[in-house]
Amino acid sequence: MSHLATRIEETFPGPFIKATEWRGDVAVIVKREALHDVARFLRDDPSLRFDYIVHVSSVDWPDDEERFEVVYEVYSIRTRQRIRLKTRVPESDAVVDSLTDIWRGADFMEREVYDMMGIRFRNHPDLRRILMPDEYEEGYPLRKDFPLRGKGWRDTFEFLDEPTR
Amino acid sequence: MGLIQLGGHDKDGSPDVITLTVEKAVNWARKGSLWPMTFGLACCAIEMIAAVSSRYDMDRYGAGVFRASPRQSDLMIVAGTVCRRMAPVIRKIYDQMPEPKYVIAMGSCATSGNIYDSYSVVQGVDRFVPVDIYVPGCPPTPEALFDGILKLQERIMQKRVFLTQPKEVKGALKA
Repeated sequence: MSHLATRIEETFPGPFIKATEWRGDVAVIVKREALHDVARFLRDDPSLRFDYIVHVSSVDWPDDEERFEVVYEVYSIRTRQRIRLKTRVPESDAVVDSLTDIWRGADFMEREVYDMMGIRFRNHPDLRRILMPDEYEEGYPLRKDFPLRGKGWRDTFEFLDEPTR
Repeated sequence: MGLIQLGGHDKDGSPDVITLTVEKAVNWARKGSLWPMTFGLACCAIEMIAAVSSRYDMDRYGAGVFRASPRQSDLMIVAGTVCRRMAPVIRKIYDQMPEPKYVIAMGSCATSGNIYDSYSVVQGVDRFVPVDIYVPGCPPTPEALFDGILKLQERIMQKRVFLTQPKEVKGALKA
């Protein structure tokens, strides 16, 4: 196991679930209750200094009990290391603590995850849809149970009915 | 169209008078000054840009003066994948163009949605604006776009200018 994963396991022995490494990429899975603390530790620990958030994404595992996975990818400009931080949430309670107070850049990327997968972020400053229109009502398009062709939105052109143009 | 030689002629031997219908003259002027609206949405736009630049030089057909404003354009070349969220914008820009106006759907995406049979991609711009010419290809080469423009010019030459054209029916579009 990489020293990064070991550091996290030593510091958070309870919430730590497991670590994987594939071709030099380290990923650590933690319980969602501790996600915020682990993220703060990654940023503030003087030997780690993960100061740059690369990406926030999400995965749908429709057969799993904890269906959704939120993935944070962070990078340390000072120590030139990367780490992927993952956590799982069930569909019935798809809420994760927002990390915007730690990395401001997570704002839009968390909105994208909310827009596409329907995962909510607690304490997010402005949790609205970002790619789909605000009034979009068909659900969350990247979920596995969402039909590929959507539910009719792409074929309805309500603006054609507006009287004066 | 005919050439009439009156009393004399110029030094180079060309006749004095050309006769043609006013309609033909108007159509000829229209087809020779098609100012396109810049509407590149995806990779097709790259081919459209190549068609305008010096190697291909779309200005040879009078269609090289790309305008950034719909008020000054005659032709909208929809080049690229049309997402549903872009649809009202395209319709608004089309509505803002002065008559007579023409639309070319450039490439498979603007024509039919191409492989993007997904929740966000409109399956062809003809679902909400009337299209005159469809240019196939993914993306079409500049030559293919020229073929579309030449076909459009042929169509413009056949238009009846001084008769009222039947208005395009909005209901028919939505059906």
